[in-house]
Amino acid sequence: MKLGWKVLVAATLIASASHAETLRMAVTTSFYNSGLSEVLLPEIKADLGLEVQLIVVGTGQALRLGKAGDVDAILVHFRIAEEDFVEGGFGTHRREIMYNDFVFIGPSDDPANLTEANSAIDALQRIYAVKATFASRGDDSGTHKMEMNLWDAAELSTELPEGDWYRAAGASMGATLNVASGMNAYVLSDRASWLSFGNKGDLVLLYAGDPALFNQYAYIPVNPTLHPHVHSELALILEDWLTGAKAAELITNYTVNGEDLFTFNASTK
Amino acid sequence: MNEITQGFWDAWALILFFDPDLYEIIFLSLRVTVTAVVIASLIGLPIGALLAVNRFRHRRFVIALLNALMGLPPVVVGLFVYMLLSRAGPLGGFGLLFSPSAMIIAQVIIITPLIASISHQTVRDLWANYHDLLISLNTTRAQRISALLWDSRRALLTATLAGFGRAIGEVGAIIIVGGNIDHATRVLTTAIALETGKGNFAFAMGLGMVLIMLAIIVNLLIHNLTKTEQASTW
Repeated sequence: MKLGWKVLVAATLIASASHAETLRMAVTTSFYNSGLSEVLLPEIKADLGLEVQLIVVGTGQALRLGKAGDVDAILVHFRIAEEDFVEGGFGTHRREIMYNDFVFIGPSDDPANLTEANSAIDALQRIYAVKATFASRGDDSGTHKMEMNLWDAAELSTELPEGDWYRAAGASMGATLNVASGMNAYVLSDRASWLSFGNKGDLVLLYAGDPALFNQYAYIPVNPTLHPHVHSELALILEDWLTGAKAAELITNYTVNGEDLFTFNASTK
Repeated sequence: MNEITQGFWDAWALILFFDPDLYEIIFLSLRVTVTAVVIASLIGLPIGALLAVNRFRHRRFVIALLNALMGLPPVVVGLFVYMLLSRAGPLGGFGLLFSPSAMIIAQVIIITPLIASISHQTVRDLWANYHDLLISLNTTRAQRISALLWDSRRALLTATLAGFGRAIGEVGAIIIVGGNIDHATRVLTTAIALETGKGNFAFAMGLGMVLIMLAIIVNLLIHNLTKTEQASTW
């Protein structure tokens, strides 16, 4: 058995290959699915010699990874939770980078008449009125939290949306879009995930444009006083790059299928 | 139906045009799973033999436990290993999270009970035949175990291959502890999960076909290697 342990240790050591200068950043699925990271990461590597490794998760999980010090920085989109995160001392500061927006997707025959909605809340009330099938993320992600806030503002007759028509998928944006596509249901999605989604089926974009649907992304470096091992200098170098002129140009000019996705709005220091 | 055939063609296109990303993913899949299978076999095979040969107080309970652990939900193992390896966890100091090592650890936990259980069944049957002989030769326990393991080696290969099969197709645990990082911890199964999430069903199917082909090739290879021993009666 002694030999067994030696082999075990050796195998584990061989498996953990050497690391270059890398930074780990937890990002939300919506950011990753937009494809923007595939434009930004090679440029970051060329300019800074920095390899950014992305852990693609929901906002809730990204914040957990940051709290535990398992990543060096996070890029997420749910302001209240982000501010709690910084106030709790888990992050050094919050820096806004860019925004895109959420959109209402639904079946092309549009039984709830969303095309005539005049606000995001009105759109939800229309869905509720005819009890049209609605697929929710149901996973405590940034998108899900946005949806719940909107339902809350829509002042339904029940406390929360419930019933056969309301399906909480408990899954990522892509998986929830797959559910909506399969059931021909309404769904709230970030625009990036929707545009790059490959299984649209009968679904179309029905409503967008309410400022309440804006989706602000913010960058938060993990606090090095709490987690001395995090690469906080690298995180600050990356922040400078992400808020700089080159990033502004790349982000603003990024399109999917000819449509603009993001609006760069980082303040210069 | 269209997307299934499309997936089939996509798979061939990816393989034939030597897509470097694909080969990187395949290589990492193999590296992680083969390492996990080797470690799990080093732990699981002796445990299986020990349980067959040894009589001790709670033996039945241990065997039942081992059998039950064969059904461990990978996502629970993933969460457990994540909490262990997280910087906030007890083994956080090693910084192993989101590395291939973390994925290997998770897979070892998942497949060791499987390998130990199957090898226990195999060795137990052989022990029934060998019992009198090995006792009369006055062998030590270690000698008995090594004789039994060696003589049932071909059946034990099935245990190992079952472990390989479960590990190479596993996604729930390794996506949590590996993080599915491009060029670092992305393997076939996590890439399939990612492409499915993007709604790219044909490409995901293509990767699935590659995974199945890989499993078949590994199995054929192992079976071919063992055929060299056709002369031996066992």
